[in-house]
Amino acid sequence: MSKKMHIKLKVNGKDEEFLAEPRELLIYTLRERLNITGPHIGCETSHCGACTVTINGKSVKSCTMFAAQADGAEVTTIEGIGGPDNLHPLQEAFREHHGLQCGYCTPGMITRASKLLEENPNPTEEEIRFGMAGNICRCTGYQNIVKSIQAAATEMNAAKEAAE
Amino acid sequence: MKDDITRDERVENLKGMGCSRKRVEDARFTQGKGNYVDDIKLDGMLFGDFVRSPYAHARITNIDTAAALEVPGVIAVLTAADLAPLGLHWMPTLAGDKQMVLADSKVLFQGQEVAFVVAEDRYAAADGIEAVEVEYEELPVIVDPFDALKSDVVLREDTVGEDGKPTDGAHGPRKHHNHIFTWEAGDKDPTEEVIANAEVVAEETMYYHRTHPCPLETCGSVASMDKVNGKLTLWGTFQAPHAIRTIVSLISGIEEHNIRVISPDIGGGFGNKVGAYPGYVCSVVASIVTGKPVKWIEDRMDNLMTTAFARDYHMTGKISATKDGKITGLHCHVTADHGGFDACADPTKFPAGFMNICTGSYDIPTAYLEVDGVYTNKAPGGVSYRCSFRVTEAVYFIERMIEVLAIKLNMDAAELRRINFIKKEQFPYTAALGWEYDSGDYHTAWDKALETVDYNGLRAEQEQRVADFKAGKTRKLMGIGLSFFTEIVGAGPVKNCDILGLGMFDSCEIRIHPTGSAIARLGTISQGQGHATTFAQILASEIGLPADSITIEEGDTDTAPYGLGTYGSRSTPVAGAATAMAGRKIRAKAQMIAAYLLEVHDNDVEFDVDRFVVKGAPERFKTMKEIAFAAYNQAIPGVEPGLEAVSYYDPPNMTYPFGAYICVMDIDVDTGVPEIRRFYALDDCGTRINPMIIEGQVHGGLTEALAVALGQEIAYDDMGNCKTGTLMDFFLPTAWEVPNYETDYTVTPSPHHPIGAKGVGESPHVGGVPCFSNAVQDAFRPFGNTHTNMPHDHWRIWKTASDLGLHG
Ligand code: FES
Ligand code: FES
Repeated sequence: MSKKMHIKLKVNGKDEEFLAEPRELLIYTLRERLNITGPHIGCETSHCGACTVTINGKSVKSCTMFAAQADGAEVTTIEGIGGPDNLHPLQEAFREHHGLQCGYCTPGMITRASKLLEENPNPTEEEIRFGMAGNICRCTGYQNIVKSIQAAATEMNAAKEAAE
Repeated sequence: MKDDITRDERVENLKGMGCSRKRVEDARFTQGKGNYVDDIKLDGMLFGDFVRSPYAHARITNIDTAAALEVPGVIAVLTAADLAPLGLHWMPTLAGDKQMVLADSKVLFQGQEVAFVVAEDRYAAADGIEAVEVEYEELPVIVDPFDALKSDVVLREDTVGEDGKPTDGAHGPRKHHNHIFTWEAGDKDPTEEVIANAEVVAEETMYYHRTHPCPLETCGSVASMDKVNGKLTLWGTFQAPHAIRTIVSLISGIEEHNIRVISPDIGGGFGNKVGAYPGYVCSVVASIVTGKPVKWIEDRMDNLMTTAFARDYHMTGKISATKDGKITGLHCHVTADHGGFDACADPTKFPAGFMNICTGSYDIPTAYLEVDGVYTNKAPGGVSYRCSFRVTEAVYFIERMIEVLAIKLNMDAAELRRINFIKKEQFPYTAALGWEYDSGDYHTAWDKALETVDYNGLRAEQEQRVADFKAGKTRKLMGIGLSFFTEIVGAGPVKNCDILGLGMFDSCEIRIHPTGSAIARLGTISQGQGHATTFAQILASEIGLPADSITIEEGDTDTAPYGLGTYGSRSTPVAGAATAMAGRKIRAKAQMIAAYLLEVHDNDVEFDVDRFVVKGAPERFKTMKEIAFAAYNQAIPGVEPGLEAVSYYDPPNMTYPFGAYICVMDIDVDTGVPEIRRFYALDDCGTRINPMIIEGQVHGGLTEALAVALGQEIAYDDMGNCKTGTLMDFFLPTAWEVPNYETDYTVTPSPHHPIGAKGVGESPHVGGVPCFSNAVQDAFRPFGNTHTNMPHDHWRIWKTASDLGLHG
């Protein structure tokens, strides 16, 4: 075991500071150390996307990143995207369009989709399918996930227009 | 009393059966507030993980745990030697066999559990695993079941008696020491005779490859033994929590009332989470030994390599017919590779599950099925991956045999199906292999499907494509995949279905609260099917209280009534029926209360949506809400206070959902890449409870079918090394590879089910696999292809093209 490292993170707007072994993976930090259990583990090899979080504005699979690599970063998980009092349009759209079944992939899906819509507020179906290809769902067959993301995009664009 | 809303509005307010009610589960899941087993945290909880065998077949000569115990954070290391005094080094399987919990002097498959390291956290456990020293002596490896039946190598010592002869297995005599069982259905001699004398006979050998359900969440458990009050609590990924409680009690000796099993949210099951795994047992033992809660969670590699493979059926078929295509007989033999232990999750009397549904949707007068189960050095399992027991194998078999027969007869495969379908008026229909199909209208479904896709137009286009291909104008072939399936789900009648002696009934208990809301608890457990939403809809329609006022609870054996769990599409057919029946008991009592309140005779009131009304005087009524309150505040002569009911439902028969699927595919012969142009799925699952959820189930099942047909495989090399242990090698389709599906339906209610529902979760998988496979095979049919084995991955498709000389 090697020497512990001093790590600082900002997770969902809250400052966190702790000592961790260099080998500690970020998903472990989130789930075990910080009790943020929204991001899930489905593979630990970067294939399934269940562990997807946003780090400094980019979608990242937290199962294959060391906490130490994220030192100083801003991390957003599903818990930071929206809650009971401020639901994100994606959270609403996934419910409305049956974009989930067992729910295990859902936090990663929504976290990724929120980035996708930031990068591309008007994605085509193809762009959604390509942009979401890093997130596996075993239950839904994706059709309703695509629908949910399209619906959220429409909703968010309408809200933006109304605000302007 | 009057109210100002219409009857239609009252119906709508209930959100009962037939409406696409939004799911009540979703708020939690979309906000990251699901509670899956790995989310459970208890004070002082330890983490356990396995030392696993790198060899597929080896004798263990020594296990040295001393160094591991020195590793910081490691608390204990369990081996078979520690479990043996408790009799827990082996455990019973659901198939009547037994399985090693921890390797008892030898290992039978790669990845087998050898020792259990318990540590303060996952990192310490991993360090501990590295430090356990195991000495192995390699033994000859058998990965092919046909080799196994010829080999002198004895895989399981308990299969050889003192006289040197094979012992009897759980399902009768063994033919060889590596043979597990023979299971037969139908009439052998008459079938062989019919086939021998038939005008036309088609034969085919096919291998339905080994695959894996691979839910996104792997298996796991948390055991907490409270030594003060003697109670064991076990959380885990259990599709059958009550059965798990009974098994744990039987093997541990802890009385059943002292065990509480809880299935929290489950991240997909698909059959993976039906069985009992060594990890569950070890977490329990470790908690007893350490006095602390112990968690065990598989990683993906453990999951793919050790828990619950599916399929692995080598099938040989003969189908006979008249020259005009009327089928006269069907013969099927299966060599079933069960791996090192027979851990299939099938009802006890059905070691090959319901493989005897392999006459499919056709009126076949004579048939015979024989299945031989065999041990090899592969992982145990044989679970029903998104299907009722072995039904996917059966439907794949018959839907391929039909295609092969169509080729032999030089006949259109859609027409061949049509002339052989069981006719509507033949239901209830007793098939040659024994099942009594409850209801069906296959011709209507088939015609609707063919018409919707313009089948004749597609065939004409395909003909043109072949001509263009031959003329060098295109390198893409076109395949039209057909499949018509009949599922058999809802196990099942206690008279012929049990698991470990437990009858496969299911249950529902309802409590109505004074203010007119309710809680209902069931013996099943959702893994994404949306039970909390749909069961409340059934109840809303039955008892006239809004679905939004009904909480559904499952999965806690301390509170839920006993049931056999959720798999084989049994929740709606069995627990759904129990729910309706319990609701009707509530209604019966409510009727007495209403009559009392309205001061009329019991028979003078009738139920109407959400109330009881006086017959002929609908303005005089009591709503169910009012009745609920009265049940708690009125002294009604001859009626006990309260409003509760429980129902244990033993279904009189299985249900038989069916469907017609058509897939149109373009195949690039040079790259082997198939492109799904269109997929049309018509399902008939009887009464439809929630169309939105049905559609979601169909999309999901079809996608898992696509995976299995087009690439998903658990493969081994000759040394028994599993070559597909990560998601790099094991194909799970992403949004990019999956098409949009068109869904459709007909409704043929089940005549024996209280609400006529049949179950749907697995149909799309069962019907989808042959549909995708048939599309690939059909594309190559004009060039002489009769059959190639799945999975049709790009390489295999390319190889088929190459073998047929299509690469010039
Ligand atoms: S757990 Fe991180 S990608 Fe699968
Ligand atoms: S909803 Fe189950 S994995 Fe996506």
